[in-house]
Amino acid sequence: MSAAWTIDSVGAALAAKRISARELASDFYKRIGERNAELNAYLTLSEERAYAQADRMDALVTAGKPLPAMAGVPIAVKDVISTRGVRTTCGSKILEDYIPPYDATAVERLEAAGAVILGKTNCDEFAMGSSNENSAYGAVRNPEAMDRVPGGSSGGSAAAVAAGLAVAALGTDTGGSIRQPGSFCGIPAMMGSYGRVSRYGLIAFASSLDRIGPFATNARDVAAVLGVIAGRDANDSTSTTAPVPDYRAAMERPVKGLRVGIPKEYFGEGMDDEVRKKIEAGIEVLKRLGCELREIHMAHTDYAIATYYIIATAEASSNLARYDGVRYGLRVGDDSLLAMYRKTRGAGFGAEVKRRIVLGTYVLSAGYYDAYYLKGQKVRALIGQDFRDAFRKVDVIVTPTSPVPPFKLGERTDDPLQMYLADIYTVTGSLAGVPGMSVPCGKICGKLPVGLQIFGPAFGEAKVLQLAHAFEQAGGGSV
Amino acid sequence: MKITRTDVERVAELAYLDLSEAELEMYRTQIDEILEYIGKLNELDTTGVEPMAQVLADDQSADATLREDVVVPCNVARDILKQAPDPEAPYFRVPKVIER
Repeated sequence: MSAAWTIDSVGAALAAKRISARELASDFYKRIGERNAELNAYLTLSEERAYAQADRMDALVTAGKPLPAMAGVPIAVKDVISTRGVRTTCGSKILEDYIPPYDATAVERLEAAGAVILGKTNCDEFAMGSSNENSAYGAVRNPEAMDRVPGGSSGGSAAAVAAGLAVAALGTDTGGSIRQPGSFCGIPAMMGSYGRVSRYGLIAFASSLDRIGPFATNARDVAAVLGVIAGRDANDSTSTTAPVPDYRAAMERPVKGLRVGIPKEYFGEGMDDEVRKKIEAGIEVLKRLGCELREIHMAHTDYAIATYYIIATAEASSNLARYDGVRYGLRVGDDSLLAMYRKTRGAGFGAEVKRRIVLGTYVLSAGYYDAYYLKGQKVRALIGQDFRDAFRKVDVIVTPTSPVPPFKLGERTDDPLQMYLADIYTVTGSLAGVPGMSVPCGKICGKLPVGLQIFGPAFGEAKVLQLAHAFEQAGGGSV
Repeated sequence: MKITRTDVERVAELAYLDLSEAELEMYRTQIDEILEYIGKLNELDTTGVEPMAQVLADDQSADATLREDVVVPCNVARDILKQAPDPEAPYFRVPKVIER
């Protein structure tokens, strides 16, 4: 039942009084009750808040008033996004009992549009990870293959939508954390341009990279959610004043003649053969749709991981300084203030977070700043230039989302560098600030999902969605 | 070797982070490997390249997006203090910093 719900079908069912928003929320909670123990996708359920919102929507139906765009749509929210009155842990022990006093702008806008927030989803601690195995609250299982990871860091959001435990979800993407779990769980997932969606209320990991974006079961629903959460917010000075287009209208345009760049550098060694076959089959679909394919070069692709792990960890070491046991979160007591800081942070942060704080502090420290941080910022500029140059020749860029299919739980936890290298195709777009989306592109042996990634130029979300929608309609999801 | 055990201890001190003996050694080995990998950036000549500190759209500069600095009601002090590990309204209490 619920796996079949879309934003449109929820709206139609409510308007026709076939189901109430309260009944719908209740159905989803029932399903969550049945599946969550094995999946571990949700960390906290916000039933009181969800039913209050559902009742507001039902009152509109009863009064015969027009329903807002997302009326009654059950949504899951990644646990790094603040929700007023609802526990927000960031997947960390250091925020185990933290209850935000305010809502993130994206959450506020979704609720204003009628959406019902079901709860908060599991994720890698402070969004640092590619498998969801860095959560202090246990790993999430991939609903498509229960012995595999759902990807990360927004693994809970991806798993919840893929398993039919939410119609859509919010995730966050800093180096691939929306697109890669979307790919691993076989659903479309999008990060808009940097500045397209307000970060207000998103608990910061790396502020020049962090973005909030949607997961859904189809490209039109991704577009609908993005349309609701996008737009200028006075509380985030990096949010853009550029108007938000009608994505759903724009994505219906035909893609015949669309210039699609295929960067050679994204098809090199390290790429799984079965993934390659699926992506090649996906590219055949684009040809059939009449897209004009062009081989392009993005010369600095191979330097993106090194650049990303300097910049992201440097920003993280600064952002995570706020967890000091004074104003919120865990405190491990001591008679001395400095010892209290050290003990609190040592006990509250998990292994990956500590690793990144140490690395980030190192690359910013006296004597190393120029060699690492400044060098990283310069190479970041070169990567950004690669994208600007490419978008002078093509409308969109198509690549694999991940070089590998979903891997087994526990398979990669011992080697952090190998885990980082799995982000090779996603971090480039993160550094450049451009929009990126992963769309389903078949399953290996009918089981392990593969994702096709589409990059657009800055604020070219409509073009990305246009191609994603055409690809989906042409059967790209089952190549 | 790019990073020594002393380096890790120094950085952990800068970051106010208690690390166990086992963690110190594990992070030294892993971060050494990561820094070795990061060293590949030195293959690139970045002379004259402006460092990119922030992504800003072509149509906006940082100061174009700053709002008016006006006071707005923000009555959340009580909710905020409720989250503190050791509150004493209207203060956050911490271990003694200055000796009398």
